[in-house]
Amino acid sequence: MILLRLALRSLIARRLTVGLTIFAVALSVALFLGVEKVRTGAKASFGDTISETDLIVGARSGSVQLLLYSVFRIGNATNNATWESYQDIAARPEVEWIVPISLGDSHRQFRVMGTTAEYFARYKYRGGRSLEFAEGRAFNDLFDAVIGADVAASLGYAIGDPLVVAHGLASFANHDNQPFRVTGILAKTGTPVDRTVVVSLEAIEAIHVDWQGGAQIPGQMTSPDEIRQMDLTPGAITAAMIGVKSRLQIFALQRSINQYPEEPLLAVLPGVALQELWGIVGIAETALIGVSAMVVATALLGMAAMIFSGLNERRREMAILRAVGARPLTIMGLLMLEAVLMALIAVLLGIALLYTGLWALRPYVDTAFGLYLPIEPLSSREGIVVIGVILAAALTSLFPALRAYRLSLSDGMTVRR
Amino acid sequence: MSDTDTQFALALDQVQFHWGGRDAFGLGVSSFRIRRGERVLLLGESGSGKSTLLSLICGINAPTRGSIRVDGTEMVTMRPAARDRFRAEAIGIVFQQFNLLPYASAVDNILLPLRFAPERRGRVGDAQNAALILTDALGLARDKMASSTADRLSVGQQQRVAVARALIGAPSLIVADEPTSALDAGSQANFLDLLFAQCSAAGSTLLMVSHDERLAPRFDRSVRMEDIATLTREGAA
Repeated sequence: MILLRLALRSLIARRLTVGLTIFAVALSVALFLGVEKVRTGAKASFGDTISETDLIVGARSGSVQLLLYSVFRIGNATNNATWESYQDIAARPEVEWIVPISLGDSHRQFRVMGTTAEYFARYKYRGGRSLEFAEGRAFNDLFDAVIGADVAASLGYAIGDPLVVAHGLASFANHDNQPFRVTGILAKTGTPVDRTVVVSLEAIEAIHVDWQGGAQIPGQMTSPDEIRQMDLTPGAITAAMIGVKSRLQIFALQRSINQYPEEPLLAVLPGVALQELWGIVGIAETALIGVSAMVVATALLGMAAMIFSGLNERRREMAILRAVGARPLTIMGLLMLEAVLMALIAVLLGIALLYTGLWALRPYVDTAFGLYLPIEPLSSREGIVVIGVILAAALTSLFPALRAYRLSLSDGMTVRR
Repeated sequence: MSDTDTQFALALDQVQFHWGGRDAFGLGVSSFRIRRGERVLLLGESGSGKSTLLSLICGINAPTRGSIRVDGTEMVTMRPAARDRFRAEAIGIVFQQFNLLPYASAVDNILLPLRFAPERRGRVGDAQNAALILTDALGLARDKMASSTADRLSVGQQQRVAVARALIGAPSLIVADEPTSALDAGSQANFLDLLFAQCSAAGSTLLMVSHDERLAPRFDRSVRMEDIATLTREGAA
């Protein structure tokens, strides 16, 4: 025990350099664990984006692409599915419910999605949670719109405010003559729903009455009242979410949709497509882990350098230890013990920094990025990381320790300078 | 074990040591013996090979030939780790200065050799108390021994703590290398009084190295380095 006490005393005596070194390692550990927490949090909230939907159907493209535009509102559909196909699928006996989605227009920087009122009941996220209205209600009228929490927050909209939909996604052509009215604001979900303006499927048709082939028909201005009289059954939809009666039927239904003879369609299982998508995003994740691992390695090298630079002025100390009977191997061990102690303190400090940071930044990260970071004890993987840092510290300290071993062998009791 | 073995605390016979490298040299000691309980002053200027001789006696280095026995035990044939252990058990060492680990308390410094010498540790009993009894006898204030770190003590106090460290557990041989040269004349005499008294109390033999011939009358015997050792310079010189 006296050696442990001496190692601690020696560290305390050099508290400035030791403290800075420990702090550097602690920061790197906190960074590494923070990245790990964000990564698992991101992965979880990514997987939480859609749940309890068995199949997503759209025109044939790639499964990742279908998932991206239908769920994440990223990119565009290359093709639509016809209303007839939609009705055929909806009529199949396996289908318990089906919610159509129509995309392609925008309001400011936010996507506009046409759907049915059933969407609010069927769309589930984060393990089966339903959408909730922070204010107002779902749409009743043709020109009613429900907006996500981020839309409301960043545009400052309240219930009853007017809202004009632009044609396309980055367009100056506005559907000016058909102004919408905000009837509901959804509660924050941390999913792309927060950044979506939801209107009825018929509304999407309504705003395109005077349009043809992507351009406004010159001179034609149908008034809202006239539009209300028209048949607004859509010709096509972008995608549809499907729930089946029995999970056993998912694959059969998927196969028959994929082999639908009238039109090339694609049905994907959201979970499988999410996995596939995460596989792509995972490269960035690996890079992030790699960078923070390098930061830890740099901090540990800094510690080794600090031990190295202190060796020369500690030769006297080593000579004293030799004189009282310490073997050179003991002196080597003592230096490694110091390194391990430093790493241990650094790791504990790093964990404290991590949780302080998580606790302080969590509300901000949740609102700003829709990323919910749970404050949980370290996972076994993170525990392994922590132990790994301590082992790596012992390993890096081997180099200065070996030098100390050689010095104490050659110096003996008298320090030759 | 013959009579001659047990009679001597230290016995060097036909020792040859060779140091290689850039400033290569050789040291030879045909015979040098110190009786048990004797106080011997070894006089030598710097460069006379006395550091080398001390490192041989303390078992830091091993001679190329010959025999070095401390308390009748042959050290030359021991493996290095065993020699380190034996040094911890049988020899107490006091340097000229900077004897102590500066960041540790005086008591921890005194207890340090016991960590490496289980037998010596066993003889001591209550180590903490034994350390304080020694520091009392050496005229050191108790409150400073456990609380403050060694670098807070004056040079004279540090030297006395070093004596306590060398003597704890009563090793058979005390080797002191110029222990008084960092002290002023007044404290020197006082320090020697304390050192002699404690060596007698512990029954330890004392080998002290100095360049100061005026100290000689206080010892049982004084020996000149050049009378016992031959130094051969090799290489450039």
